[in-house]
Amino acid sequence: MSEGTFRGGVHPYEGKELSSDLPIKTVTPKGDMVFPMSQHIGAPATPIVNKGDQVLVGQKIGEASGFISANICSSVSGTVKAVEPRMLLNGSNAMCVVIENDGNYTGIEGLGEDRDYTKLTGDEIREIVKEAGIVGMGGAGFPTNVKLAPKEPDKIDYILINGAECEPYLTSDYRQMLECPDEIVGGLKVMLKLFDKAKGLICIEDNKPEAIDKMRAAVSGENRIEVKVLKTKYPQGGERTLISAATGRKIYSAKLPADAGCIVDNISTVIAIYRAVCKRTPLITRVMTLTGDAFNKPINVNVRLGCSHADLVVEGEGFKQEPAKIISGGPMMGFAMFDLNVPVTKTSSSILAMTRDEVAENEPTPCIRCGRCVEACPGNLVPQKMAVAAMNNDYEEFERLSGMECYECGSCTFACPAKRPLTQTFKQARQYVMAQRRKK
Amino acid sequence: MGNLLNISSSPHVRDNSSTKSIMWDVFFALMPATIFGIWNFGVKAAILIVTCIATAVLTEYIWQKAMKLPLTVSDGSAALTGLFLALNLSSTFPVWMAIIGSIFAIIIVKQLFGGLGQNFMNPALGARCFLMVSFAGQMTSFTYDGVTGATPLALIKSGDDSTKLLDMFLGTIGGTIGETSTLALLLGAGYLLYRKVITWRIPVCYIATFAVFALLFGGHGFDMMYLAKELCGGGLMLGAFFMATDYVTSPITPKGQIVFGVLLGVLTGVFRIFGASAEGVSYAIIICNLLVPLIERVTIPVPFGKEGIKDGK
Repeated sequence: MSEGTFRGGVHPYEGKELSSDLPIKTVTPKGDMVFPMSQHIGAPATPIVNKGDQVLVGQKIGEASGFISANICSSVSGTVKAVEPRMLLNGSNAMCVVIENDGNYTGIEGLGEDRDYTKLTGDEIREIVKEAGIVGMGGAGFPTNVKLAPKEPDKIDYILINGAECEPYLTSDYRQMLECPDEIVGGLKVMLKLFDKAKGLICIEDNKPEAIDKMRAAVSGENRIEVKVLKTKYPQGGERTLISAATGRKIYSAKLPADAGCIVDNISTVIAIYRAVCKRTPLITRVMTLTGDAFNKPINVNVRLGCSHADLVVEGEGFKQEPAKIISGGPMMGFAMFDLNVPVTKTSSSILAMTRDEVAENEPTPCIRCGRCVEACPGNLVPQKMAVAAMNNDYEEFERLSGMECYECGSCTFACPAKRPLTQTFKQARQYVMAQRRKK
Repeated sequence: MGNLLNISSSPHVRDNSSTKSIMWDVFFALMPATIFGIWNFGVKAAILIVTCIATAVLTEYIWQKAMKLPLTVSDGSAALTGLFLALNLSSTFPVWMAIIGSIFAIIIVKQLFGGLGQNFMNPALGARCFLMVSFAGQMTSFTYDGVTGATPLALIKSGDDSTKLLDMFLGTIGGTIGETSTLALLLGAGYLLYRKVITWRIPVCYIATFAVFALLFGGHGFDMMYLAKELCGGGLMLGAFFMATDYVTSPITPKGQIVFGVLLGVLTGVFRIFGASAEGVSYAIIICNLLVPLIERVTIPVPFGKEGIKDGK
C-alpha cells in the first residue's frame, strides 16, 4: 500500500526522541484547580455551581450554552472556591470555576463503570459525548458531538483518526497509540456505530513504526478499520492535508470534512469518546508532553484538567536552564506563554520549554523572492505576494490571492530564508478580513 | 513571576537556510566556471573578477552608508552581482569599464529600485547590456590563445562549423570568462539543483524550448551536431541555470516559471537565429525580467481543494 502524502510542507527538526520512549505517567499536582468556561470553539459554558458548593470528580460544573459549546466537568472533588474571571493561556480573562482539591478524588455515582455501547442508539451516544464535554483535543477544540452529527450521515465514508502528530516534539498521541491501542480502537468502533457505511482509518506518519505495528495488531480482525501510513511531513496532521493524503479527497475553507464524506478526530479525542461511552468517564484528564531542552527530565504525563502549568513543570523536575521561550503546543502552531500560572485545558497538548528562541535570534531581512514559501505552502498559495498585499493593507488583493485559504500552519515562515514573519502577517490580515465580513 | 518569557507569533522554529547561505551556495556553484575561466583566459580574467566583485561590494557599502540604510553587504548578494558581471565579460575587457559596469549594476539597477529583492532586472545582466550599448567594440572583442576572433557561436552563424563540439563542451574556446565551459556550468547547476537552491522549471523549459526552436527554425533541419553546438555555445548554459533563475527577477509561481522558461527559449531562439548577433541570452533574460509581474499575475496557483471550482465571487 502506498503511503499517503500531500504537496508542499516542510521538515522541521522533530525532537521527538526527547520524550518518545517515556511511558505516560499519571500525575496529581497539588494546588487549586481552575476550570475556564471557555476551552473550546463556540460559546463559553455557563457555570452551574456557586462558591461554597461541594463537587465530585466527573460532576458537570459548566453547562454548554449554545449549539456550538461544550460542557465542563470537574476533574477533582472538593469545594468551589470562586467563580470569577481568571487569566488564560492567551492572556485574556475568562470566567473560571476554581475548585479547592480535597485530595480524595471522590467520583460521582457510576463514574468509571462499564457500559455496553452496542446497546446504545446513535442519539444516545451523541448525547453522552455532549454530556462528557468532549471537544477536539488536537488544538482546535471543536465540540465533538456537533462533529458527530453531520447533516447527511449517510454520506460519511471515512472516519479518520489523526495519529499523524506532525508537530515536532509532541509525543502524547504516539505514547497513547503504544499504551492504549484498544481504547483507540474502542472509541473508533463507537464512532463507526454512528455511521453504518463508514470505514475507519487510523492515520499515522511513517516516523512512528512502533505505533503503526501496535495499531495494526489492535485492528486485526476488525473489517471496518485500517491503519493508513502517511509520509512524515509537516503539516500532515492538518485536517485538509490529512483528508487528502488518506482518501484523495480535497476540501477548502468553505467546506467541512463531512462535505468530503469524512469525520476527522484526533487520537486523544477518540480515547475520550471511548471513556465517556464505554467507561462512563467524562473528559477530565488529558495526556501532555513536557519537553524541550530546558527541562531537566522530559516526560509524558496524564494530567487532570484544570491544574496549573506551573505546578506541572515540577513533574518534569523543573528547568535545568532558564527557558527562553515556553510554548503551549508544538513549535509550529503552538502558543508562546508569558506566564505559567494558567490552567491546563482540554486543548493543552504540551509544555515545550526551549533554551533558545530562534525567532528572536533571526532578524527579518528583505524578501529575495526565492519562492520557498510557495513550495512549502500546503494550501497552494503564494505567501510572498499575500504578505506584500497584507503589509500594504490591500485586503482586496489579499483575498484575491486566496489569503483566506491560509490556515496558519507556519510552513512558509519556517522555510523563509529571509526569516520574515509571514504567518503573523497573515493572522492579522485574516482577522481583519473576518472582522470586516462580520460587520456586513 | 520572575523572568518574563519571550513571546512571539507561531511558528517558533526556523529553517537553517538563510539569504546568506543561499548566496554562498550560488557563489560556490559558480566556482567551477570561475576557476575554469581563469585557467582558460589567464590572469586578466582573475583581475576582472576580483575588480568587479570588489567594486560591487564597495559600491553597495558606500551607497548604504551615504543613504543611512542598513548595511547588507555581508549577505553576499553584491559580491555575487560582481562575480556574475565579470563572468559575462570578455577577458580583454578594460578594467575601468568593468568598474563602471559594476557601479551601474549596484546603483542604477539594484539600489535605486530599493535594493535587495526590489530590482526588476538582473543587475549583472542590466549592466552587461549597458556596457554592450556603451562599449560595443570592447564587449564583443574576444581573444583566445592570443588570437582575436569571432566566438564559435558567431562562426556557426556565419556558416563555419569548424569548432569541435568537445572543445565547446569543455570550454577550451573563446567567449566571456564564465560562459565557455558547459561542463563546469553543469557541475555548478547540478549542485544548485541538489541543494534545492533552484528548481528544474526555468532552466529545463528554457533549454528545451530553445532546442525545439532551433530545430524548427535554425535552418539545419534535425542536425544534432548543430543543435548540440547551439546549446553549448554562447551564454545559454550560464544564462539558463544561473541568470534566468535569479530569484528576484524570475516568477515566484511554479506555472509562471514554466511560462518564463518557454518565453526565454523562444526569445533566445529569435535573437540568435533571426537577429544580427549570434548571441541573445542576455537580452532575452532582461526582457523576460520585465514581464515577470505580468506572468505572475496570470499564473497564481489554484488554492488547495479549489481545483475545478469556480470562485463564487
